[in-house]
Amino acid sequence: MSFPILSSILLAPVLGILLILFIPQKEDKLIKIVAAIATGLTVLLSLIIYANYDQSIGGLQFVENIPWIDDLGVTYGLGVDGISLPLVLLTALVIFTGVFASWGLEKRVKEFFIFLLALVAGVFGVFLTTDLFFFYLFFEIAVIPMYILIGVWGSTNKEYSAMKLTIYLLVGSAFALIAVIAVYLYTGLGTFDIQTLTQQTYDIGFQKFAFFLLMIGFGFLVPMWPFHTWSPDGHVAAPTAVSMLHAGVLMKLGGYGLIRAGIFIFPEGARFWAPVIGILCIVNVVYGAMVAMSQKDLKFVIGYSSVSHMGYVLLGVASLNTLSISGAVAQMFAHGIMTALFFALVGNVYNKAHTRMIADFGGLAHQMPRIAAGFVIAGLASLGLPGLVNFVAEFAIFVGSFRVYPVLTILAISGIVITAVYVLRVVQNVFFGPRNPKWDELEDVRGIELVPIVILCGVLLFLGFFPSFLMELINNGVDPFVQQYLTTPKVGGMF
Amino acid sequence: MIESIGIKYIWLVPLAPLLAFILITFLFKRFKLLSALTAIFSMVVSLILTLDILRVILTGHEITMNTPVEMAVPWLNMNGLYIEMGALIDPLTAGMLFVVTFISLLIMIYSVGYMHGDPGFSRFFSYLALFVFSMLGLVIANNYFQMFVFWELVGLSSYLLIGFYFYKDSAAQANKKAFITNRVADFGFMIGVIILFLYFGTFNFLELAEGISASSDLAFLTLAGILVFIGPIGKSGQFPLHVWLPDAMEGPTPVSALIHAATMVAAGVFLLARGFILFVSAPATITFIAYLGGFTAFFAATIAITQRDFKRILAFSTLSQLGYMVMAIGLGSLTAGMFHLTTHAFFKALMFLCAGSVIHALHKQDIFEMGGVFKKMKITGTTMIIGGLAIAGIPPFAGFWSKDEILLVAKTNGFTLLYVLASVTAFLTAFYMFRLIFLAFFGEKRSDYHAHESPLTMTIPLMILAVFSIFGGLIGAPFVEHGFSSYVYFGEAHHPQPDYMVMGSSTLIAAAGIFLAWLVYIKKAISAEKIANQFAPLYKFLYNKWYIDEIYQWFFNKVVLSISALLNWCDRNIVDGIAHGIAWVIRTTGAKGRYIHTGSLQTYGLVIFAAVVVIVLFLAGPVVGGVQ
Repeated sequence: MSFPILSSILLAPVLGILLILFIPQKEDKLIKIVAAIATGLTVLLSLIIYANYDQSIGGLQFVENIPWIDDLGVTYGLGVDGISLPLVLLTALVIFTGVFASWGLEKRVKEFFIFLLALVAGVFGVFLTTDLFFFYLFFEIAVIPMYILIGVWGSTNKEYSAMKLTIYLLVGSAFALIAVIAVYLYTGLGTFDIQTLTQQTYDIGFQKFAFFLLMIGFGFLVPMWPFHTWSPDGHVAAPTAVSMLHAGVLMKLGGYGLIRAGIFIFPEGARFWAPVIGILCIVNVVYGAMVAMSQKDLKFVIGYSSVSHMGYVLLGVASLNTLSISGAVAQMFAHGIMTALFFALVGNVYNKAHTRMIADFGGLAHQMPRIAAGFVIAGLASLGLPGLVNFVAEFAIFVGSFRVYPVLTILAISGIVITAVYVLRVVQNVFFGPRNPKWDELEDVRGIELVPIVILCGVLLFLGFFPSFLMELINNGVDPFVQQYLTTPKVGGMF
Repeated sequence: MIESIGIKYIWLVPLAPLLAFILITFLFKRFKLLSALTAIFSMVVSLILTLDILRVILTGHEITMNTPVEMAVPWLNMNGLYIEMGALIDPLTAGMLFVVTFISLLIMIYSVGYMHGDPGFSRFFSYLALFVFSMLGLVIANNYFQMFVFWELVGLSSYLLIGFYFYKDSAAQANKKAFITNRVADFGFMIGVIILFLYFGTFNFLELAEGISASSDLAFLTLAGILVFIGPIGKSGQFPLHVWLPDAMEGPTPVSALIHAATMVAAGVFLLARGFILFVSAPATITFIAYLGGFTAFFAATIAITQRDFKRILAFSTLSQLGYMVMAIGLGSLTAGMFHLTTHAFFKALMFLCAGSVIHALHKQDIFEMGGVFKKMKITGTTMIIGGLAIAGIPPFAGFWSKDEILLVAKTNGFTLLYVLASVTAFLTAFYMFRLIFLAFFGEKRSDYHAHESPLTMTIPLMILAVFSIFGGLIGAPFVEHGFSSYVYFGEAHHPQPDYMVMGSSTLIAAAGIFLAWLVYIKKAISAEKIANQFAPLYKFLYNKWYIDEIYQWFFNKVVLSISALLNWCDRNIVDGIAHGIAWVIRTTGAKGRYIHTGSLQTYGLVIFAAVVVIVLFLAGPVVGGVQ
């Protein structure tokens, strides 16, 4: 067996935790450096995997399989393909930049980074594992630190939000768990291996039943309307790095699960339920954007904009073709980077100004030109401007979905207009206008604070100009599944 | 293969300004003069390459509208989506490239003087370079996708430049308005591009042209044509999406000249020319385009006669002239539309730069506070008059030839109503333009100002543009053989025959407009105030721009924001309320049996797990039974 590079990604944060455990609390600089190195390592490893992933072969690569619980058929199985690799890369980038965004943290630094690294280890596990049992396990590993991180280090209504988030996520995962156990019992093969389960055929009644559970379960995570209210509250309450991970990565677990465990294992069930997702996702897109327009707190704007943007992911999933699903995966990546950038910027403003109310600001571009530039770039990504990767992802979703649900897709495209309205209003009200002397003592970002902004903006721009580096990998991962399991393209009927 | 450096290195035409943008933004920001020189140098490179392409086209006769040169590289290759970035070189591209690079170069030189002393000097040049990159990428595009991408990017540069003085509330308001209005239009454009792609399987202009000419699905072509046309309605400021352009005058004046008069706003017309076959194959689409253009021309001119702000009058004049171009395309003459685009670019850029020169000197924009400026600013005044004569359509100035061709097409193609409307508009044009000139440059000084002629970096571009405004129209004059129409056309070259009826009447109409302006504002034989008072409701209606902005404002504030607030309330009280209700039920039930609740997370986990197992057994029981 070759070098277990995927396990190394998983272990890097764990190693970080172990090291931090032995560092005294007051050495917070050192703790941060260790966290930065541990997460930097994950970025490096995922880039190495990206460079060595052989697209001409495709499929799962860097596979590791260790039997875990023989009696149950649980295997510690890891592997990446064109769908999970971009999300692994996303996780690594977001957590690495998230550490730098938490550089100014002073409260209980040691515990904070321990929980943060535990959280991210769980998230990596979800994307890396090829076994449904571990998929579920890693997900639960991610939820608990999230609860603690928000409950202890959060702001604005943090106990309520932390509890709400945890309950929603656990209820969602309970639905998914039922489906997992059901499929395990149904096949009777005694395995949780996703690939094996994907190759089985299931009778249509069971498919409808199982997909429904997954749709609701992962719908909680995405979050699909009307299960979304935990997410804006959670975003707002969470400390910066956790917001970044939460909106940037954790929500993507839902979309990823829906694709990997939902439509690939139960294609007929997916075809049955897809129109429901199609309609709910339009509610996500349009309703989310309209609600975002009314928000007064910057973080709530971004929170609802995430609800709106994840609607595009659901639209891509519901359309069940290579292009739309690839677009959905790309949109998860693009949105993850963009929203992490947003939260990093807002976190920075909040740390210095101690408010996030839009009405308190105005003319901030005078004092914080770099923050303003970063915010404009994130905003433009959010409204789908060409030159930033979000546009390519959205465009792929639109083209892929249009032939399936023309009416719904047109409604979804209208989302880009509404997004432009609320994003540009925020930009205008916060950053433009006359200089406000009240904020004269605010300092612009510099030095280490710049790291997240530069990296995340760089990724958005680079992949915006050269999208083939991302899109063709994803296409390569999605296409074989679609060719094999989802050959009939038309599912929408009148929509 | 045709030997040409310009064609071989055509990718450098847009990339040179992009490089300049990157260099200025990341390296030269502190060095003002170096920033300006970098931008100017990149423009010189692009212009030289463009001139070489023009040389090949004018001398070689190998590249025509029907035998273009195309090159492309794959940009994205997915199952179901293949996208290229490329260049399509034909006389249409070459002509537009020349207009953009040449005017950009002049305006950058002018800006060195105009922006002198501005703290954002380098930022200004970096944005300008970004704009030129986007615009040139749009012009050379060989497919709709690329067109759309750069279409959005010119929108971005426009946004950045309108908001250049971001510390002014009005500028921050105007750039948002511009972007959102264009977004509404791009919504239609994007859907149009997507359905074209899904129907024909390609974005490529040439392949689409083949598909469209072979297609007989009129309903589809009409729909696609209208949807794509919505894009130009926004970008080229056609009614009812024109509202952003007058407000865009909040940007620095060189920007108004380059982007919001000469080049970017003409991108809509260029798109109509580039995708001409799509529009012309559906009679309903092309007729709609013609009437919308004609109406916009008239509509904007009626507003222009009442405005007081130097730049806003020019902005409404731009809208009106864009209406002419769109109408020309709608009348089926790509040649006339593009010809007017070209001459308009010269004389409108000229007039905006004159406006900049005056504003730079006086620090005033209201023409009623000016008067007698000509005595202090001879070069600016003279060149402004040349621009005025050109737009009014006095022979032999540039606008005369191009406007005449449009009138001629309207007449020969039997669109009598549009011919009349365009003639009335021509009268209004001559009137409002000379109202502006007489009020600002002649008569007595009406307020306290200190004027002086602008520096040479500003006046030299004025003089060059003035030359083009005088003689530029001759390239398309009907008595010139191998003129504009023998290069830029659709299908077959169509050489216009001089129609002395049209020429004579249009000259008379223009002269009458100027004469009326002279009577009112110089001779004061007619009192403008009296007429305004007599027709007060009409005057107010025109002065308030037909109240279109107010309608939109009302719609946004009352309708959109109310819906938004309502949904926000629902989210907090209904969607969340139900969740809270469920939580309450559980809590109340829990209170009754709280002794089983230990308060530890592990117990809860255990309960959840147990519940899950029970549910699974319940639901999956029959299924499992069946398997065994």
